[in-house]
Amino acid sequence: MKTENNNKGWKLIAYFLVPFIVVLLFKYFIQSPNSVYQDIGENNASEISNKNKAIISKLPDTVDFIFHVKPILSDRCYLCHGPDEGTREAGLRLDTKEGAFAAIGEHLDKYAIVPGDVESSLLVSRIHSENPEQIMPPVASNLSLSDYEKQLLTKWIEQGAVWKDHWAFVPPQKKDKPKISNPEWATNEIDFFIAKRLEQEGLSPSEPASKEKLIRKLYFDLTGLPPTIDDIDAFLNDTDSNAYEKVVDKVLASPAYGERMAASWLDVARYADTHGYQDDLERVMWPWRDWVISAFNKNLPYNDFIVWQLAGDLLPDASLEQILATGFNRNHKITQEGGVIDEEYRVEYVKDRTNTTAKALLGLTLECAQCHDHKYDPISQKEYYGFYSFFNKLDEKGRIEYNEIPKPNIKITPKEVEEVLSFVKLPDSVKAVNLMVMKDDAPERKTYLLKRGQYDAPGEEVELQTPEVVLNFSDTLPQNRLGLAKWLFSDENALTARVAVNRMWQQIFGVGIVSTSDDFGNQGALPSHPELLDWLAVTFKEEDWDMKRMFKRMVMSSTYKQTSKVTPQLLEADPDNVLLARSSRNKLTAEMIRDNALAVSGLLVNKIGGPSVKPYQPPGLWAETTSGQGLTKYIPDTGEGRYRRSLYTFWKRTLPPPSMLTFDAPTRDFCEVKRQKTSTPLQALVMLNDPQIMEASEFLAKKSLKSNSQSDEERIQNIFRKITSRYPDDKEIEELLKYLVYTKNNYEPANSDLSQNEAPSVDVYAYTVLTSLIFNLDEAVIKG
Amino acid sequence: MEELSKHFLNNNRRHFLKKLGLGIGGLAAASLLDPFNSVSANNIPDELALKLPHFAPKAKRVIYLFQSGGPSQLELFDYKPLLDKLRGQDLPDSVRQGQRLTGMTSGQDSFPLVGSQFKFDQYGESRAWVSSLMPYTAKVVDELCFVKSMYTEAINHDPAITFFQTGSQQAGRPSMGSWMSYGLGSLNENLPTFTVLLSRGTGRPNGQPLYSRLWGNGFLSSLHQGVQFRSGKDPVLYLKDPEGMSRSDRRKMLDHLSELNHKQETEFGDPEINSRIAQYEMAYRMQTSVPDTMNIDKEPEHIIQMYGTDALVPGTYAANCLLARRLVERDVRFVQLYHMGWDQHNNLPTQIEKQAKDVDQATGALIMDLKQRGLLEDTLVVWGGEFGRTNYSQGVLTESNYGRDHHPKCFTMFMAGGGVKPGFTYGETDDFGYNIVKDPVHVHDLQATIMHLMGVDHTKFTFKHQGRRFRLTDVSGHVVNDLIA
Repeated sequence: MKTENNNKGWKLIAYFLVPFIVVLLFKYFIQSPNSVYQDIGENNASEISNKNKAIISKLPDTVDFIFHVKPILSDRCYLCHGPDEGTREAGLRLDTKEGAFAAIGEHLDKYAIVPGDVESSLLVSRIHSENPEQIMPPVASNLSLSDYEKQLLTKWIEQGAVWKDHWAFVPPQKKDKPKISNPEWATNEIDFFIAKRLEQEGLSPSEPASKEKLIRKLYFDLTGLPPTIDDIDAFLNDTDSNAYEKVVDKVLASPAYGERMAASWLDVARYADTHGYQDDLERVMWPWRDWVISAFNKNLPYNDFIVWQLAGDLLPDASLEQILATGFNRNHKITQEGGVIDEEYRVEYVKDRTNTTAKALLGLTLECAQCHDHKYDPISQKEYYGFYSFFNKLDEKGRIEYNEIPKPNIKITPKEVEEVLSFVKLPDSVKAVNLMVMKDDAPERKTYLLKRGQYDAPGEEVELQTPEVVLNFSDTLPQNRLGLAKWLFSDENALTARVAVNRMWQQIFGVGIVSTSDDFGNQGALPSHPELLDWLAVTFKEEDWDMKRMFKRMVMSSTYKQTSKVTPQLLEADPDNVLLARSSRNKLTAEMIRDNALAVSGLLVNKIGGPSVKPYQPPGLWAETTSGQGLTKYIPDTGEGRYRRSLYTFWKRTLPPPSMLTFDAPTRDFCEVKRQKTSTPLQALVMLNDPQIMEASEFLAKKSLKSNSQSDEERIQNIFRKITSRYPDDKEIEELLKYLVYTKNNYEPANSDLSQNEAPSVDVYAYTVLTSLIFNLDEAVIKG
Repeated sequence: MEELSKHFLNNNRRHFLKKLGLGIGGLAAASLLDPFNSVSANNIPDELALKLPHFAPKAKRVIYLFQSGGPSQLELFDYKPLLDKLRGQDLPDSVRQGQRLTGMTSGQDSFPLVGSQFKFDQYGESRAWVSSLMPYTAKVVDELCFVKSMYTEAINHDPAITFFQTGSQQAGRPSMGSWMSYGLGSLNENLPTFTVLLSRGTGRPNGQPLYSRLWGNGFLSSLHQGVQFRSGKDPVLYLKDPEGMSRSDRRKMLDHLSELNHKQETEFGDPEINSRIAQYEMAYRMQTSVPDTMNIDKEPEHIIQMYGTDALVPGTYAANCLLARRLVERDVRFVQLYHMGWDQHNNLPTQIEKQAKDVDQATGALIMDLKQRGLLEDTLVVWGGEFGRTNYSQGVLTESNYGRDHHPKCFTMFMAGGGVKPGFTYGETDDFGYNIVKDPVHVHDLQATIMHLMGVDHTKFTFKHQGRRFRLTDVSGHVVNDLIA
């Protein structure tokens, strides 16, 4: 097989190398298999064929296009044989069925892929070629195929090269839940899909988590705060069969739910309190942030939630609240740098709105089509600017003056804020603010394709347009942002619901069913549970985009309730827990880590909304980098502002709160739908020495010491429970007691000044460092 | 979708992985991406290709002395006597050739040419031109490799600095130091791989701001964030134990912490816990190693004199240069220093004099100090800003005063050590000091060259993010082989 291939391959290679006539002659004379190239092949023949045999034996029985083939084609071939016409080589396009099977070559008599005919398929000979001039992908691309991948592609063609459309662009279908062997395990439909896959893999679900672990995880996932001891005790003592559901309902109804959900949405919306470029001046957008909290708490359906944010101003008789919501697409950065060209930056802002909308709501890397056609997904540059044109009608400036509030904006009084957002109680000091919103007050502005993405290189004029591969924009829709918003929620749109439920899943389970929650295109990951994703997407629509109901379904599932303990066998079988045969040990977010310390110590000031606050931050950071204009010095708040939840912390984009970045918060320069998960020494330093954590430790220590009747064991148990949500076992108490005794015995009060007040007593010191130790336990930064 | 599902059901993933011959253990150990994705053949080749360095490096470490604001090449290194002759005359259109101007001078009625107020001379065996503003630098020219023909695409500070540091004008890409940390890893076990030092110039103390994104990790792991070393009590944020806690107390605490975390690990089996324990140990070592590095008490007097007495004032450029030497001495991979204040739009003569004085002596000292310790051989020193300045005056040209606007079309940088040619000058500008006439070097070329010196092929060193392979040099950049010794 190999020899034949080589021989055939050589002929085809020669065909491309040598002028046509020569090739014909060559072909005419060399019909026998005894070409020089066979000798070369024979040198390593046995070695190669053994290797190939080994590889071939590992190939799947049926090679699937979506699962096996397209990931390779997309990743290694589409750069030159993909959607971008500008860089397409040899007229070969492998991202569409027509292109892949089309005739190519000078005389249109050759084919890259001939179904079932490996020998006539140029793709096969070129990827197997040993000639550096011929091999695909070319050497210069720095891309290559492994032997396994080569054989995979070959076998796919051998088996008939069955083509399938990209899964994400086909509207989701709701299938019945699958039958599983252990239906008693399941609580709801989610579990059937999860269990079915586990069965197929020869795995089974893990036992349920302890009640303590479960309630902790639930609280963090849905409120971003830990449960109190009372919450835990109530749950432990509730023997009703629906005890857990009662807790879930309570948590979903708590105002902290909206704060937790908003904290995630602020990343998506690249929310910040400053303009973000150069001198990075302050802006006021917090009323928009508070609207997000209120929308979640009111359980505004997801479609309204999005339509208002994209186009609330265009709704009939738009209310103040609906206009306020459009602040979403004004959260992008704005420059005031002297000497910049206005139009250059105005274009940046329109692009930002375009890219954010596509990434957040469609899971598309549309931004890749700014300068040329998309390299991997069938999205043209023209379509990019068609999408862009929806956001290009604002009468806005590229460069603003110092102290200028960018237009368009609305004035909103504290009274109006309190009316719209009933839960917000603003201090008297708050005055009327001007808030950026969307308004199509430059309707006459035309949109042009920008060559190379450059503001000063306009090409052809483009009309409002959406990517055809997703869904064409209908004439019957309003020809503006409102139409776009409606387009997102039209029944034929295959992406919106999937992307939404996937991000919700990511929030609850740590990783999306599509792990690349920002990319549902060809280069994105495949869904781990495709039918479940579709089931959830369709259900979400059927249930009128009810977010709380969807979250409840997820946290009620038996899948969610599993323990996070992992056996070595399971760890080896599924190290990243893609199959969910257990819970993942998900880390607290940056916000949760600080909020947890504030909450369990009793320092937290649990007020909702209002202007952003400035808690403790190491001194000098702003001063070191400022030009002397704008926000030159960070002056921490002295009162309540120090103890508010972290989503209210003032966000200066060019110098975000350092401990937040250390714990993987994004900079908010642009839309992010997913945070990194890292473990670094700097995180250890924050946990050990951040004055906020130390203050919480001291506060909690002092509270524990107030009661004289308690023993050390009881105090340790209490602190441990507050921080970890569970009882320590005897060994843990023993270990902590040892440490307590050590610190008591080694305390030197003369040097001790934990909180810059007078030296603490030996007990306060010992308990403070003990509490700090517990805050540093791995478990203390894990949800459950 | 149905077929996709069917497919999963028909293919046993674990068997599949074993068939691949990599084994899951191997995958996990190499911290490859989601092995589920690996099955779909998405990520393996990239990750395995990250076998760095690609070839033997000439430089193991980098000290990048970033001169923020855009130092005027015309007052420092690029000698243009013609500008003295034509002083006050308008910049000819034939020279400007429609070059974009910033909004700060585009409205000017005239563009009066102006030469350097400061005298130039040639120094060393290499006869390099240096102005009287940089007497100490002049003494080390035979160690330096000048590039007179740098150019960039950006004309405003924010995009221009971001471009230099991340290869893109828009925020979001990793900094050069982060790339190096990711690709080459650490050379030591006690200090961060990528450190950042800031100082404020005296020439224009309120000039241009800096942004932490310049040393940000972008889409790389936050493990590769630049770690700022600051003057004052807490040289690295949150480094210092609370007052009153002794080192032995801290050790004791970490021992108990580790004990309890190990217990969790046994119970839950999550290998991530072990990694966390290791990070705490690294943090503990940093608590000693960072202050040790910062403490210059034991530096002999002649070294202090060499850098200038400013070296005793924490947070100055001189102090940071000395600190940079101490960091590379301890095998920190990438030291990124920023000196602010080079944005001389007005009052250039008085401002630049102070600004040059800030940096001249310490820069020269750093190079000689590295040399005498044998460190210059494999440490690359880079000096330069984000763009150059115009050959015409911004604002009114008087007998003793003028200013210069941003100029992206040509400017001068220099490098030393780490495998670059010593005593060498590369590239030329025209007699007007406006256009490059020979051997242009783009920002991406410089980045490609620095990476090459570090043993990295900039076209092969990629990180896949959102489906695309990103490079520091984006899609361009050529190694400037002529600069390499």
